[in-house]
Amino acid sequence: MSTQAAETSVRTSIVVEAPIERAFSVFTEDFDRIKPREHNMLAVDIAGTVFEPREGGHIYDRGVDGSECRWARVLAFEPPNRVVFSWDISPQWQIEADPEKTSEVEVRFISEAPERTRVELEHRNLDRHGPGWEGARAGVDSADGWPLYLQRFSELLKD
Amino acid sequence: MVAYRVDGWTALGDPTRRAIFERLADRPRAVGELASELPVSRPAVSQHLKVLKDAGLVVDRPAGTRRIYQLDPDGVGALRADLDRFWNKSLAAYKAVVEQPTEEAQ
Repeated sequence: MSTQAAETSVRTSIVVEAPIERAFSVFTEDFDRIKPREHNMLAVDIAGTVFEPREGGHIYDRGVDGSECRWARVLAFEPPNRVVFSWDISPQWQIEADPEKTSEVEVRFISEAPERTRVELEHRNLDRHGPGWEGARAGVDSADGWPLYLQRFSELLKD
Repeated sequence: MVAYRVDGWTALGDPTRRAIFERLADRPRAVGELASELPVSRPAVSQHLKVLKDAGLVVDRPAGTRRIYQLDPDGVGALRADLDRFWNKSLAAYKAVVEQPTEEAQ
């Protein structure tokens, strides 16, 4: 197989009618209203999502019972231009504890006019989740068969 | 409100589909082979294969009168498609929020 030098990022962008400062602050302060709620790794419904506005902070979902799920680490926080955070979520939508097996998301804000901002989002290094599947083979309970076939699957993706 | 295509990770949430997927990871197989190896009927296997195929995890090809199923080597595409939907949906929600005239957040 030759064609799957698979693109390892997802890129998307949008132009919004807002000044760059507002575009940046809404993205980070109102992230709660942006992230689709159905993507939930908690056992209960999500009450809200918190984006801690600083490098070293986290993005986490808070459940209606107070439980928390920290699924991203803020790697760069540069208002109003750029924010980068890790994506500590495995392809099975579970928290990935090993930072080596996480991808990252960069969001860039580019002023096109005083009241218009282009927002470019790149979710990259998706292949890092792949090798993680192999590593999971030893550590994860094999009862459900995940590790073995995911390892085989990732091998298939490699060649 | 959005009609989601079945994504790979949802498709693998079912134990029978995981069993089928695991066998196909071992080597390509026909429907009949899978049905004989698993405690499910042939029509059920076909139905599960359809879900796996829709999710972009397996592909099939004709071999005489049979169809042979194997894992889709571009499975990482399923992960990308999943995330692509996630971010497009997020940015659409973001645009709606950021373009609200005032902070009547509710």
